[in-house]
Amino acid sequence: MSAISMKVNGKAVCGTVEPRTLLVEFLRENLGLTGTHVGCDTSQCGACVVHVNGKAIKSCTALAVACDGAEVTTVEGLAKNGKLHPMQEAFREHHGLQCGFCTPGMLMAAVDLVKRKGKKLDEATIRHELEGNICRCTGYHNIVKAIQAGAENM
Amino acid sequence: MDNFNYHRPSKPADAAKAMKKAKDGKFMSGGMTLLPTMKQGLASPTDIIDLGGLKNSGVTAAAAKVVVKAGTVHADVASDKGVKKAIPALAKLASGIGDPHVRNRGTIGGSIANNDPAADYPAAVVGLGATVQTSARKIPGDKFFTGMFETALKSDEIVSAVEFPVPKRAAYVKFPNPASRYAMVGVMVAELKDGSVRVAVTGAGPKVFRVPEMEKALQAKFSADAIAGIQVKAKGLNSDIHASPEYRAHLVNVLARRAVAAAK
Ligand SMILES: Cc1cc2nc3c(=O)[nH]c(=O)nc-3n(C[C@H](O)[C@H](O)[C@H](O)COP(=O)(O)OP(=O)(O)OC[C@H]3O[C@@H](n4cnc5c(N)ncnc54)[C@H](O)[C@@H]3O)c2cc1C
Ligand code: FES
Ligand code: FES
Repeated sequence: MSAISMKVNGKAVCGTVEPRTLLVEFLRENLGLTGTHVGCDTSQCGACVVHVNGKAIKSCTALAVACDGAEVTTVEGLAKNGKLHPMQEAFREHHGLQCGFCTPGMLMAAVDLVKRKGKKLDEATIRHELEGNICRCTGYHNIVKAIQAGAENM
Repeated sequence: MDNFNYHRPSKPADAAKAMKKAKDGKFMSGGMTLLPTMKQGLASPTDIIDLGGLKNSGVTAAAAKVVVKAGTVHADVASDKGVKKAIPALAKLASGIGDPHVRNRGTIGGSIANNDPAADYPAAVVGLGATVQTSARKIPGDKFFTGMFETALKSDEIVSAVEFPVPKRAAYVKFPNPASRYAMVGVMVAELKDGSVRVAVTGAGPKVFRVPEMEKALQAKFSADAIAGIQVKAKGLNSDIHASPEYRAHLVNVLARRAVAAAK
């Protein structure tokens, strides 16, 4: 077991993990942050996307020990003072979710996308950038619309 | 996933030492291939030696060559201004690997060391005539990939960088598997500064291969119609639920012609 510490959603946290503990397991099981989901075991679905040191990564495919000392943002860290993040608001407004299972990953991927590519995003760019996020319900149309609108309001 | 001992050395020599001591050790860079393989129970190393502590990442692009350190993630190769200017084909190749989150973790060193038959980078290493630098030696790209998931690396040898000569013009075109984005077939075509032409194909066979007939024809005339009639043999190409060998053989010609037309 190794002792690790991180900053998660702005708060200092620590814990003891096995080497094989995945970042997503540490977030969900040790910290109780169950907003981050696990939708596959092939690193393809993107339900587990969080930001580590400012970059969107799949937390199901990173060892918690390897993230020792990192700054992590999860979907729980998006809303501020009880107010939804503009991207969350846009998903609600544009019906960008049905069952909601993929949504945390979609939101974290979308916020990262805006950081990299700016607030004016065309449909083709959004679709290309969503290649690592799979949704079984919506057919993506409203997710794309939501991201386009959310980006403008960020 | 089975448990293992975790090491994070900060020097290559310590990494090699840890590997020698381990019963069944594995180096890890981005973990984007190693961890999914372990989750599926296809690998259960006793020790993981995380190369992240070596902090061996970054790109230097000069007029004659581009050097990419082994720990550089795909996203950084894709967005590097120097790479985009010197070898746009390489930046484009990196920008098409997997998805944004994979590109933020996966590294060039991990990709070539793994030598997945459908990986993109092997086409760049062979197609651009690159050299692989390891902890022990320099290996010509043509000699590096030895078989399906097999390379010339010794078990405690670490890839440290890849050196790409800047070509006169080049392009990489792939037909991605719609689910995984891996190459069903990907073709790198390059005209090097000495006038020689390379055509390297990934995804189609058990490992990356060159197409000498196309190279010869393109050397005489660098245009898509020069290779319109040159088909690779379907026999021995990969066959899976995604595509038959015949389909892949057909794609090689189509993508090679597109790459020639797009080369810059
Ligand atoms: C959903 C998904 C989609 C993907 N799509 C594509 C795609 O379209 N095209 C593509 O090419 N790839 C794709 N990949 C693979 C991706 O590019 C990986 O990043 C890459 O194959 C492995 O790099 P890594 O740094 O993660 O290596 P790791 O997983 O850490 O290691 C892979 C192997 O290489 C060894 N290794 C790692 N670094 C070194 C080193 N420096 N020296 C010696 N040995 C080393 C390890 O021991 C291990 O055996 C995809 C992966 C995923 C999960
Ligand atoms: S749970 Fe991480 S990609 Fe599916
Ligand atoms: S809303 Fe159900 S998986 Fe996307």
